[in-house]
Amino acid sequence: MSIKLLGEAFDPWRELQRHQAGNPQLAGKYGATSVFVGTMRDFNDGADVERMVLEHYPAMTQKHLQAIATEARSRWEILDTLIIHRFGEIHPNDAIVLLAVWSAHRRASFPACRYLIEELKSRAPFWKQEISGEDARWVTHNTPG
Amino acid sequence: MSITVKFFASLRETVGKDEAILDPARAQTAQQAWEAATDGREMPANTLIAVNMEYAGADAAVTDGDEVAFFPPVTGGGGDVLR
Repeated sequence: MSIKLLGEAFDPWRELQRHQAGNPQLAGKYGATSVFVGTMRDFNDGADVERMVLEHYPAMTQKHLQAIATEARSRWEILDTLIIHRFGEIHPNDAIVLLAVWSAHRRASFPACRYLIEELKSRAPFWKQEISGEDARWVTHNTPG
Repeated sequence: MSITVKFFASLRETVGKDEAILDPARAQTAQQAWEAATDGREMPANTLIAVNMEYAGADAAVTDGDEVAFFPPVTGGGGDVLR
C-alpha cells in the first residue's frame, strides 16, 4: 500500500512499472491490475484553461488517503494499492491522479479501484483553481463521473 | 496553550488569512473557533469543518492543542466534468 503526494509532474505508467518492480512479492500472485489515471484537460465549460493550481491540506490528505486505501482492502480481496496525487501547478495533459489496485481476480480490482477514486473525490481535501490569462477561478464542486 | 485554526482555498481568500492561533478559552466548539478567528463573520453554508484532520460538525468540541480547519467542498481527483 503506497501513497505519494507529488509537487512535480509525473509519468503514471512509469510509476506503475516502478511500483511493480519494487514489490517483487506481488509477482505471480496477481491476475488483475485495475488502473485509473485522471488527466488535466485544456478546456472547461467551453473556456480554455491554461493551467491549474491544486491546493491541499497535507496532513489531512495523507490521513484520509490512507483510510480510503485501508477501507478498500477490508472490502475486497486485494493484494496492493498505489495512490499518487499531484498538488501545485498543473498543466493540460499532466496526470493529476493515479490509482492502481492489484488482486487475484478482476471482481475485486475493478470495484476497489472505483471505490478509491470516488472516495478520494468526495473526502480528500484538495481544491482546484483554474487559471486562464489573468482570470483565476476556484472549481466549486466535482460532478459525478 | 492554543487552538490552531486553518483556512483553505476560496475560504482562505474570503477570510483573508490562512491561519489563526486562539486562546482555548475563546472557543469550546468549532463554530466558536470560526467566530473568534474571523471576528464574527458568518460561516458560508457549504463550509466543511475538520477537527484534528477528521470531518466534524459546527458543534464539535474543540480544546487546547486542537487543530480546526475550515474549507469549501473538495475538488480533487480527475476524469469528470468540473463545476
